[in-house]
Amino acid sequence: MTLPNTLKSQPDETGHFGQFGGRYVAETLMPLILDLEREYRSAKADPAFDAEFRDLLRQYVGRPNPLYFARRLTEELGGAKIYLKREELNHTGAHKINNCIGQILLARRMGKGRIIAETGAGQHGVATATVAALFGLPCTIFMGAVDVARQRPNVFRMKLLGADVVAVESGAQTLKDAMNEALRHWVANVRDTFYIIGTAAGPHPYPELVRDFQSVIGREAREQILATEGRLPDMLIAPVGGGSNAIGLFHPFLDDEGVEIVGVEAAGDGLSTNRHAASIAGGSPGILHGNRTYLLQDADGQITEAHSISAGLDYPGIGPEHSWLHSIGRVRYEPATDAEALASFQRLCRLEGIIPALESAHALVAAERLAPAMAKDKIIIVNLSGRGDKDIFTVADALGVKL
Amino acid sequence: MTARLSAAFAKGRPALVTFITGGDPTPADTGAILDALVAGGADVVELGMPFTDPMADGPAIQKANLRALAAGTTTAGLLAIVAAFRGRHPEVPLVLMGYANPMLRRGADWFAEQAAAAGVDGVICVDIPPEEDAVLGPALRAAGVAPIRLATPTTDAARLPAVLAGAGGFLYYVSVAGITGLQQAAQASIDAAVTRLKAETGLPVAVGFGIRTPEQAAAVARVADGVVVGSALVDIIARDGAQAPAAITAYTADLARAIAGAA
Repeated sequence: MTLPNTLKSQPDETGHFGQFGGRYVAETLMPLILDLEREYRSAKADPAFDAEFRDLLRQYVGRPNPLYFARRLTEELGGAKIYLKREELNHTGAHKINNCIGQILLARRMGKGRIIAETGAGQHGVATATVAALFGLPCTIFMGAVDVARQRPNVFRMKLLGADVVAVESGAQTLKDAMNEALRHWVANVRDTFYIIGTAAGPHPYPELVRDFQSVIGREAREQILATEGRLPDMLIAPVGGGSNAIGLFHPFLDDEGVEIVGVEAAGDGLSTNRHAASIAGGSPGILHGNRTYLLQDADGQITEAHSISAGLDYPGIGPEHSWLHSIGRVRYEPATDAEALASFQRLCRLEGIIPALESAHALVAAERLAPAMAKDKIIIVNLSGRGDKDIFTVADALGVKL
Repeated sequence: MTARLSAAFAKGRPALVTFITGGDPTPADTGAILDALVAGGADVVELGMPFTDPMADGPAIQKANLRALAAGTTTAGLLAIVAAFRGRHPEVPLVLMGYANPMLRRGADWFAEQAAAAGVDGVICVDIPPEEDAVLGPALRAAGVAPIRLATPTTDAARLPAVLAGAGGFLYYVSVAGITGLQQAAQASIDAAVTRLKAETGLPVAVGFGIRTPEQAAAVARVADGVVVGSALVDIIARDGAQAPAAITAYTADLARAIAGAA
């Protein structure tokens, strides 16, 4: 197979990453999607847009965040040096805010007066409610009724930030259904509403623009590792649900052949069970939520329920660029189970004094699996995509501790 | 096969297009409900292919999808329902309406050939816009099944030619920017849109979304070539279950009378 000179020029002009991606939306939304694409092209070419984006990332989000050498974790594993990209130190505690800042600037540029978003665990909902408050725009967050019940602190955070939270009662009442409902609401309110999608998925141009806004992670990490070590890393590892933190770290390194790239999918109770969220390892290509990508589905194309202890990875699909990177072999996708993630979660707490998000703990599982077999002068960068304070109730529950 | 569709729109009055979800409440009940639509005077039957994630549908049809799937409706089962219907009603056009993923799961060619063999006249795929036509349109056209396109209040004049290119059967005008079964569009906006569309296409224009009553159907029939009613019928099935056929025939007959009287 002949690879193009650069892997960074995707998607093509029709929004496809090879056979993945695209714009599989109802006709009502098509004109809006095309508008958004036009507006994004013009924003991308506008230095003032980029300047405002970068300024907000610096002054409001707190970037750049550190690329931290995890000395004790490295010594414990006895192999490659492990660096953690500290996205968990961002305002609101995860990478999600990078994308929300970019999209709300687009919303304002397009003159849209209302913001909507979907959320699973509530992290993207909180980040969206945050930027909506910052820009003084009314905001409605769609959240599955099951998630509303199990993520009450985040529901209250969103309300404190001025957002309306709609509990979605359809389907399994989780993230997938929240996204369906947000799309339904958007169809009925296309003229004045901007939909801030939380991950690098959905119809074109969302996968592209979310990736571009999140690529600040990889650009910073690249500068930082060059400054610290004088060379590029040997391996990148990031957790993948929809995959926005991962594509943000990976994208600036795609053309660096010496950099091995690993995405970690949530294997839940294990790939041999039906309770996991590993779309690539346990799914097949199909169409959902506006794009063609790997999905969990049955023989008739009905979407099956995902499961992960990490609510942020609990989604039956994956961003289309990841499906493409998998298909061309540039990124390797590995599974990590709930039990493995719980163990890595606790290890990082004790060894480094950092409580990671359960999402990020999945990436740590792969680092712990791979680092010991690598020489001590090798370098791994792990995306610590979020902080774990939100997860302490889940973790306590899994460990049999009553809070 | 599209001849059956053409004939349905050439009766000298607007056509009544009726929608139900296949397999609702169970696959065993669907045949009798389809017969009830025909007995009541439906000119075109639209059969929904159930999907777990019906993003363009309101609560009534969402629930119908879930009822059908919970009752074990499969793609093969749905095609068998169509084939049996075709045997009983050789002249009544039947159109499948649904979402891309179930249609493409075994490949577009497989789906188009199976649909044609079962006697399907047209396919409406909600989430394949003209920009993505290549994944299904060519297979349907090759199999002699009409790819039925949707136009909406947001489809502007610049975009309309792309919507019409490669379209077949009839043009489905979605009269509200929204989901199925909820609000109704202002009649004046429907009149203006249909007039605009008819100036651009030789295909019959059928109007749907939000039309529930015989009165609304009559008003739309004064301007359109066809009137699509779905959620109101699906509500009857939700209420009456396996006993729905009698009420379905009666309601369909009310709609048909209203449309015939409007022309």
